[in-house]
Amino acid sequence: VNTVLGDRRAIVTLVGPALLVYTLVTLVPIVWSVGYTVTEGNVIRGFTFAGTDNFATFFTDPAAGAAVRFTVVYAVVVTVLQVLLGYLLALLYVFFLRRASTFVRTIVFFPVVLPTVAVALLFQRMVQVTPVAGPVNATLQFFGVPATDLLGQSGTAFCVLVAMDVWRSMGFYAVLLYAGLVDIPDDILEAARLDGAGGWSLVRTIVLPLSLPVLLSSVIFSINGTLKVFDSAVALTAGGPGGSTTPMTLYMFQTAFTYGDYGYGSTIAFMLTVMCLLVTVVIFRSTRRDLTRSPDR
Amino acid sequence: VTTTLTSPRTARPEAPPSRPRRRPPLRRTPLYVVVGVLLVIEIYPLVWVLLASLKTQDEILSDTFWELPATPGLDNYVSAFTTGNLDRYVLNSVLTVFPALLLTLALGTAAAFALEVMSWKRRGAVLLLFLAGIMVPLQMILLPLFNIYYRAGLTGTLWPLVITYTASGLPLAVFMIATYFRGVPRELFEAAIMDGASIYRMFWSVGVPLVRNAIFTVGLVQFFFLWNDLLIALTFTNSAELRTIQVGLLDFTGQYGAVQYGPTFAAISVNVFGTLAIYLFLNDRVQKGLAAGSVKG
Repeated sequence: VNTVLGDRRAIVTLVGPALLVYTLVTLVPIVWSVGYTVTEGNVIRGFTFAGTDNFATFFTDPAAGAAVRFTVVYAVVVTVLQVLLGYLLALLYVFFLRRASTFVRTIVFFPVVLPTVAVALLFQRMVQVTPVAGPVNATLQFFGVPATDLLGQSGTAFCVLVAMDVWRSMGFYAVLLYAGLVDIPDDILEAARLDGAGGWSLVRTIVLPLSLPVLLSSVIFSINGTLKVFDSAVALTAGGPGGSTTPMTLYMFQTAFTYGDYGYGSTIAFMLTVMCLLVTVVIFRSTRRDLTRSPDR
Repeated sequence: VTTTLTSPRTARPEAPPSRPRRRPPLRRTPLYVVVGVLLVIEIYPLVWVLLASLKTQDEILSDTFWELPATPGLDNYVSAFTTGNLDRYVLNSVLTVFPALLLTLALGTAAAFALEVMSWKRRGAVLLLFLAGIMVPLQMILLPLFNIYYRAGLTGTLWPLVITYTASGLPLAVFMIATYFRGVPRELFEAAIMDGASIYRMFWSVGVPLVRNAIFTVGLVQFFFLWNDLLIALTFTNSAELRTIQVGLLDFTGQYGAVQYGPTFAAISVNVFGTLAIYLFLNDRVQKGLAAGSVKG
């Protein structure tokens, strides 16, 4: 048995092609990209060694600072909203709709699979002022608020962007968290009910601690996803107005392809990668103690 | 990586266990209103864009948002496909997404089989290597890849998209299919060897059929990632003939200037309701699959 399962030629034949493609198209470029961070130039102009200049620029460049600030604020706001709303939805599915939840769950989930570009164009039209007020502005007008170009000011543009992404993804987090809630054993809930816990106190003392691990995973997934936000910002606001909704990914894209600076572009990509890894490690570490303690309570 | 959550067993939203109703029916009414509002928020934007796509230019320019099209017509769709080049964009997406999907699944299944079923020394390390690729943002590989494709003379063709799509799906495919292989009793493979099956025959006649469902789910999840991709397509399509549906849609309004709203609404509808149709048929699988693939962030 072991000679067949340990057949070296077969192993190379089966795992080789995937490993080769993965190495050439992912691993080598990752290392190469780190190499770019100490250079200046692009494919057409050629590259020259630049030492740590790119990192020095990154920490003093006001546009990079704005991109980092936007990315972090966006990631925190969207993560809080989509995980919180997702959790409330999951509670709604499990404790209120119960068996009837399949239909609602399916409907609330579906924006996840829609192309971001299509959703962004749709939201542009929803909040439009010209040629005629879209549903959002028309409703605002009905309540006496003058129609405004919501994507024309940085504050409201940020709000529309956040609203759109929460609309798109809360159903996804609801399904993720729902899977965690369903796993809570019925007898624990019954015992708590017999002890007099009901409604919110049941959620607070029993459900929340028991679903902490899946909540934590959701936060990590969400932060990792939102730090890399690209499609929604490009398609909805194109980074505007005045660069106020430009995330690091878009700034990196512009640096590399509009201004032709691969070295600096790679530096921004590298910093983004470091941020993603750091956040994951920090969240994981800081909540680990709670995780091991919560089941005993 | 939090494998507990992403294993196919826990990520599956089972029918919720029935829990005894305690609350009087009247107190439940406000929550039904919440559910109603929720459904309207999710569904209304899609109804609105569909109705708008059936209107004439005059109606779009003068109607308030709740008015229905007077004589619903498909003119906008015809013009989106003929003068808007939507047919070219859809074709480009099909020509890149499906070959990449087939390659990812073929390479990924073979690698997962060798990594999980066969026994060799470094398989743990190789599996970890594939996992690392899930965590690194795509931004890290784009610039070196651009350089490679440029030097290889592939710029100006659809090959960069097919190759990058194939590689970008590999880590998730290997990871998810390997998880399924782990759940298969080893006795099944050992029995096949006793019967004298070669390793390749065992892979094809025993392994692949056993994880057929997993392959289909991974393919479905990966289809949505690739079909909705904007970042990779935007990086490697340098001419109008190469645009995929998302890049084409991003620039769609520009094709007509700011005047022709109808074809834009039609193009959004095609993009939205195409994915929606697939989702409505396979919604349960899509939900499970995307939840299991959430490590991708």
